[in-house]
Amino acid sequence: MTARARWLGTPLGILAVVAAGASGAQPANPELPPPQRGLLPSMRIAEPAPWGDRLPTVPPGWTIKPIATDMKVPRQSLVLPNGDILVAEGKGGGAPVLKPKDYIAGLIKARGNTSVKGGNQLTLLRDADGDGTYEGRWVYAKDLNAPYGLALVGDKLYVANQDALVRFDYVAGQTQASGAPVTVTKLPSAVNHHWTKSLAADAEGRYLYVGIGSNSNIGERGMAVEENRAVVWQIDASHGATRTFATGLRNPTALAFEPTSRQLWAVVNERDELGPDLVPDYLTSVREGVFYGWPYAYWGPNVDRRVQPQDDKKVQASVRPDFALPSHSAPLGLSFVQPGSAAPFAEGSFIGLHGSWNRDAPVGYKVIFVPFANGRPSGPAVDFVTGFQSEGKTMGRPVGVTVDPKGALIVADDLSNTVWRVTPAR
Amino acid sequence: MHAIYALSSVPLFLGALLSDWAYFSSQEIQWVNFAAWLNAGGLLIAGLVLLWAAVDVLRSAAHRQRAGLIYLALLLATFVVGFINALIHGKDGWAAMPAGLILSVVVVVLAAAASASGLAGFLRRTA
Repeated sequence: MTARARWLGTPLGILAVVAAGASGAQPANPELPPPQRGLLPSMRIAEPAPWGDRLPTVPPGWTIKPIATDMKVPRQSLVLPNGDILVAEGKGGGAPVLKPKDYIAGLIKARGNTSVKGGNQLTLLRDADGDGTYEGRWVYAKDLNAPYGLALVGDKLYVANQDALVRFDYVAGQTQASGAPVTVTKLPSAVNHHWTKSLAADAEGRYLYVGIGSNSNIGERGMAVEENRAVVWQIDASHGATRTFATGLRNPTALAFEPTSRQLWAVVNERDELGPDLVPDYLTSVREGVFYGWPYAYWGPNVDRRVQPQDDKKVQASVRPDFALPSHSAPLGLSFVQPGSAAPFAEGSFIGLHGSWNRDAPVGYKVIFVPFANGRPSGPAVDFVTGFQSEGKTMGRPVGVTVDPKGALIVADDLSNTVWRVTPAR
Repeated sequence: MHAIYALSSVPLFLGALLSDWAYFSSQEIQWVNFAAWLNAGGLLIAGLVLLWAAVDVLRSAAHRQRAGLIYLALLLATFVVGFINALIHGKDGWAAMPAGLILSVVVVVLAAAASASGLAGFLRRTA
């Protein structure tokens, strides 16, 4: 096991963190083993199993309970000002098979996911009496196209479908949208190998930011289909004009603003098939005009020789991300705690790790917390919600995480089709 | 008879080789997709012929078995190397190079040799 795998991942939590600190592996400066790939990639596909009486594991003093089950593939959630929770449900993609490999890999990977059809809808959950049970449940909007990113700016509810950013007029307390959504702008959707469109709004509500994933692992569909892919777009909320804000982010699956610095951050899923401990997925600040490497290089100027023709200028321009997450752990959710929250999770971000396929020993399959200080990561990640796997089976896979104003954390689970709520001790 | 089918895998493997060569020299990604499918097609034919030929050789008279075994060994080698080549072509982008191109050459040579050996036996028997 590598040092990087040691600081995350084990049930020994804090002990593992201490051990890693001694070995010198730092999230800001991860070990990068040489690329490796046998005749077949290293693989372990999740074997789904029902939760039964089991629950995910949370830290002492916290409790977890399902607040909605039998969802239709929940991905991201949004807590509205009155405490209602909106959940985006859907399954996008459907990129055509390019090689015999794509067909076979598709069959294999599908076994580790839910067989439920995506809802293409937003579900609203309500706990009217504040007892922690969300007794109210309505379909807020339907007939969407694989909705994913959600943001509320004033009375405008923005939803990032896999092909367009759309807007609803939200009225406080409503349980159903008052009409069909208005399209703010089309989003790149040809092929949609990585289909999720993540979304965040700045504090002023002037700009929206949309994360658009690449159309391939490392450009094997040709670079023509990568136009406007692996980027973060900045969109003017008032008239829908778009411009490219940052590039080279392979699959920026969640965006969020750090509340003290008002800086945009993203979690990014890095490339596969370079070995079990390469390339680290990451959490990074997303700065204007910066190129983060994909597909030419990873973790700064480390060349990916699979990309031909190469581009030396792009390789040299590649900026290192801020904070390494375990390779292949698949971060899909990001949410910062609000100032004034209780220790030890007072300042920092929660990250939902969907879990690996391209790794013999699975990683991810949990929610972690990355502590921040002064707007920057200040220490190694610690486990927050675990126990999604047991005895070789997988009961759940975390996707979106959302901090609600009361300090609870909402976790969408797209394997068991559950929305979990983790609450602190009173 | 199956030797003629064995021969029909040769143009597919040859197509894979030419596509690999095109990718190797142009770095135009679509060529390697062509190569992967052509190799898979050749492999399918080679696999079926291998089964057929195996049954045929094992059922044939002892004095004909020696020539048949060489043919069978060449078919088996074609299939095995072709299968490894398929896995190599499953790697993304340039990761398939240069191993994919080299193996494509080997597969074409093996498929051609297997077909020649099979056809020779076939002609001997029908002459």
